[in-house]
Amino acid sequence: MALEGLLPELAVIRKDFPILERELAGGLPLVYLDSANTSQKPQVVIDTMVDHLERHNANIARAMHQLGAESTEAFEAARDKVAAFIGAPERDEVIFTKNASEALNLVANTLAWAGPRQVGAGDEVVITEMEHHSNIVPWQLLTQRTGATLRWFGITDDGRLDLSAIDELITERTKVVSLTWVSNMLGTINPVAAITKRAHAVGALVVVDASQAAPQLPIDLAAMPADERPDLVAFTGHKVVGPTGIGVLWGARAVLDVLPPFLGGGEMIETVRMESSTYAGIPHKFEAGTPPIVEAVGLGAAVDYLGHIGMDAIHAHEQAITGYALQGLQTVKGLTVLGPLDPAARGGAISFELDGVHPHDIAQVLDSRGVAVRAGHHCAKPAHARFGVQSSTRMSSYLYTEPSEIDALVEALEYTRSYFKLD
Amino acid sequence: MTAQDLDALYQEIILDHYKNPHGKGLREHADRTAEVHHVNPTCGDEVTLRVHLADGVVDDVSYDALGCSISQASASVLYDLVVGKGVDEAMAIHQEFLTLMQGKGTVEPDEDVLEDGIAFAGVAKFPARVKCALLSWMAWKDATAQLVATNSPAGDGDKS
Repeated sequence: MALEGLLPELAVIRKDFPILERELAGGLPLVYLDSANTSQKPQVVIDTMVDHLERHNANIARAMHQLGAESTEAFEAARDKVAAFIGAPERDEVIFTKNASEALNLVANTLAWAGPRQVGAGDEVVITEMEHHSNIVPWQLLTQRTGATLRWFGITDDGRLDLSAIDELITERTKVVSLTWVSNMLGTINPVAAITKRAHAVGALVVVDASQAAPQLPIDLAAMPADERPDLVAFTGHKVVGPTGIGVLWGARAVLDVLPPFLGGGEMIETVRMESSTYAGIPHKFEAGTPPIVEAVGLGAAVDYLGHIGMDAIHAHEQAITGYALQGLQTVKGLTVLGPLDPAARGGAISFELDGVHPHDIAQVLDSRGVAVRAGHHCAKPAHARFGVQSSTRMSSYLYTEPSEIDALVEALEYTRSYFKLD
Repeated sequence: MTAQDLDALYQEIILDHYKNPHGKGLREHADRTAEVHHVNPTCGDEVTLRVHLADGVVDDVSYDALGCSISQASASVLYDLVVGKGVDEAMAIHQEFLTLMQGKGTVEPDEDVLEDGIAFAGVAKFPARVKCALLSWMAWKDATAQLVATNSPAGDGDKS
């Protein structure tokens, strides 16, 4: 069947991902609907990493030999590719971390330390109720350590941020606003530009968790008006068809330059004396120690691959699949989708409840049919609590997902209902 | 996993206990009650469980639980197996169930001891689900141990 918006080369794209060809126990084909958890990897990412390890492996920026030069070049080329992927105004504003959590913790930690942006008693930090735990806990730690106050946007019944009290929430006392671009549980796409504009009007820094946005939305930071552009953006490599162990923090130079260093060590210094040290400029100031080199190189290949297909086309594909999935899921008796029902207002992660069957049991039965989904609280316990549920089942698609896999999910959910003897 | 594995996991007995749990609900007792709240941090499953002892016997286990069929059914089986037993005997049953669940599918369960609990032998083959089966059992052991500790010779049965 032809679904409008699907990637025209879908069959070819699927061939790029070798894991999609494997069989599961019992000879079942894999229906992978857990891409918001981690995405699968195309052959080009795997090959690039193997090639680096086989032919170019050396430490970077300190080895005075040919391999060292090649490895450094590959690592820094990956930074250029990531900068291009998000439209970073400057390539040196791209900091490699080990994941999005580390990127967010880098910001929340350095804001607690002495400097022009230091958060202290009487200041306020604003987050939202739909954050992943990795964008909640670092801010709880920051405010507890500094005596600042943590506040948050609530969620409306239809799964959007409740912005009705934005002017009471973001005030002259607000030092930081940190929010997710796309919810990993509800799928909601948040109005980052509008919230950033309000936060900038009161002089607050804006931090955006783009872990779910970077895989599916075209991001062009340089093209955003300065007052609507967040100051810091974090995402992780393994959700954008790259490897695990590598994440990204992009920050505006003016902000990164005044934040104190995070981890101390090799590579982040200018000079070291026994009494004290001076520090390198960005990006190296925030990259102490030997970084995950081959992971960065793999991430470079990954964002190149996505860029080659085109993020606009990938976004359209996600919307088409999400719309198709929302329709299919709602044919299942007793199933309730948590979050917006309009595919244009949401990303490709769809969490749902099924009356009479616990999410763990659903995921287990689906797994017996080869359908891989996530069950649990998806590291978003407050968002679940907001809807009075303890856990949910989540399907999440990506550029390699095809409509027949959604059909397989719906069929497996019907089977689950019969397995648990629901009428 | 395959359809056969699925049936090994979800034995009829487990599904029956899930649909009609025994002893569910929190009950009040005037004395010698301990209440605990246990959570499985990976999946968020929760149980609030109260133990009431009388004369060295497990007089009642009452509970309020949120969770999957495995965790709900195992709380129901726990209730059947330990209520009415002496604390020592109940602890021995607990150990037997623990050994079964930690046996990775290699332990042959003793039906005389575990009764309906033998249905969980299949669960032991699914590492991700062992914690579900053990949630209420660990809560029971915790609450009972607290009661026994306060029941030292000088203890006079205060509510904890």
